[in-house]
Amino acid sequence: MATTMITTLDRSSRAAARGLSDISIRNLFIIPTVLFLIVFNIFPLIYSLGYSFTDFRASTNASANFVGLQNYRDLLNDPYVWSNFAITAKYVIISVAGQLLVGFGVAMLLNRDIPLKGLLTTLLLLPMMLSMAVVGLFWKLLYDPSFGIINYALGLGTFEWLSDPKMALYAVALTDIWMWSPFVMLLSLAGLSAVPKHLYEAAAIDRAGPFYTFFRITLPLVAPILMIAVIFRTMEAFKTFDLAYILTTQPTAELISIRLYKMAFQEWQTGRSCALAYIVLIMVLAITNIYVKYLNKVKER
Amino acid sequence: MAAVRTSSEIGFNRIAIVAVLVVTIIFLAPIYWIASTAFKPRNLATTIPPTVVFQPEISPFVKLFAKRSQMRNPASPEEYAAAPWWERVVFDGGEKIVRDGKGQVQWSGYPSRFLNSLIVAITSTVLAVGMGTFTAYGFSRFKVKGEADLLFFILSTRMLPPVVVAIPMFLMYRAVGLNDTHVGLIILYTAFNLSFSVWLMKGFMDEIPKEYEEAALVDGYTRMEAFFRIVLPEAATGIAATAVFCFITAWNEYAFALIMTSRRAQTAPPFIPSQVGSGLPDWSVIAAGTFLFLLPVAIFTFLLRNHLLRGMSFGAIRK
Repeated sequence: MATTMITTLDRSSRAAARGLSDISIRNLFIIPTVLFLIVFNIFPLIYSLGYSFTDFRASTNASANFVGLQNYRDLLNDPYVWSNFAITAKYVIISVAGQLLVGFGVAMLLNRDIPLKGLLTTLLLLPMMLSMAVVGLFWKLLYDPSFGIINYALGLGTFEWLSDPKMALYAVALTDIWMWSPFVMLLSLAGLSAVPKHLYEAAAIDRAGPFYTFFRITLPLVAPILMIAVIFRTMEAFKTFDLAYILTTQPTAELISIRLYKMAFQEWQTGRSCALAYIVLIMVLAITNIYVKYLNKVKER
Repeated sequence: MAAVRTSSEIGFNRIAIVAVLVVTIIFLAPIYWIASTAFKPRNLATTIPPTVVFQPEISPFVKLFAKRSQMRNPASPEEYAAAPWWERVVFDGGEKIVRDGKGQVQWSGYPSRFLNSLIVAITSTVLAVGMGTFTAYGFSRFKVKGEADLLFFILSTRMLPPVVVAIPMFLMYRAVGLNDTHVGLIILYTAFNLSFSVWLMKGFMDEIPKEYEEAALVDGYTRMEAFFRIVLPEAATGIAATAVFCFITAWNEYAFALIMTSRRAQTAPPFIPSQVGSGLPDWSVIAAGTFLFLLPVAIFTFLLRNHLLRGMSFGAIRK
């Protein structure tokens, strides 16, 4: 009753009449943002879709020639590009798996009464807030084969982390794990603290072992939130550019965004790079779609 | 739980606490190392074994802000004696200026990059949070046709890989002369942060009870007045948290800045790594630049600590 009354008042009262109507306020608040995003995010993409069908090179004055699907055909037949995708896939799997293990593991350790727990948690979260480019830079100092503290601390002598073709991708992934495990930890802690205590009490009364408790109570209840962390990190790892670009120049660690950057801004194959950008874009949108669907599902619970 | 706690559980708890401490130390070691290197004289920055105990110096910071350049007229010992202390630090303790007999101290490239970072990050944050707050209110309070699709569209613009967006933006900016300008970078960062700010602010807006404004409307406020006088003050914490997140994102951004700027509007993230490029890098100076750059983010992380979960999950998880 009360609500209906207020709504009527809202529409017909003198105050509402002298101000803007709700509909015009709604439009005033929403439309500029949507327009801004269309102009600065969607319009450029339409622009580059056009270029992806041409042989345009931004480094020359030659006008663009329409080549149809040639760029897409070439890219999909290019073993080099496929290897970039394979490297990216490997990188995503290693770094997300590592973050999941470390992040969830540390969250399990932290999920108890610990003196200064809040301070420790905040300190542990610090790496993920830092600039990836600058993190890449100072990990270069840590990885240095002759004076890096990592080799010194682990007694590895002059082990080459970044200039060994076999090791470079793992080194980048290790830095990424250091940086982003805190993210998984943060989400896991939220999930763990939401598990009702009485379930553990019931399990203890039933004399359930720690493994049974973990696999039958903890894990299933934390799984949805872990899934959010995994999808989100997968998407971000797939897009990784800064970290790998700064840490190493090894072709074995050339992720797809680095390939794209080189194609566009070093080789100046603008048309072809637009086509590659579209292939990457479709993949990212697919992962984003899964992510948002999952978020909405978790929110509903 | 406490009542049924066994001695082995207490033992495990102790082990867990020790493990947490060890993990924290390992996680913080890289940050500690870069911070301590920033206060080392050059010859101690890259020693084998690494130098842990040393007399801290501020000379790396002086060198970070200043650079020496050749000067035609040699400086006399008297001129050296008259030079201010920071110039002497830049000239490696003063030996060289006397022996080489030339040199002049100027600002390095760092302060202007730092300033550019501040300008771009602050302006784009104000714009993104300002627009985002209005839009979030619109989505939170009014019926919008295709709301879910619109919100997905807004989020998806954030998920695009920066290089993908940067290629066409570079061409468009080149056509209108926005390459290497503050305005160009501010527009890009605003667009990038706007989607985030809408999503996060919508969560905060949803939490403000509708009844507050409805009461105000009954009292004769217009919708606008109710928004500015009732809703905005209630949303202040949310706005502040969103602003800090946007600031950090813009402050840390690398790919757009690398592609879109080269000198005039260049921000710190592409500049700092470029110092490693030539010759033997002076790691203590690079560490000093890194340290100063990371410091604001570290401080903000502490201020944000209660909102980190929410911000990092795009407002999906609230606690």
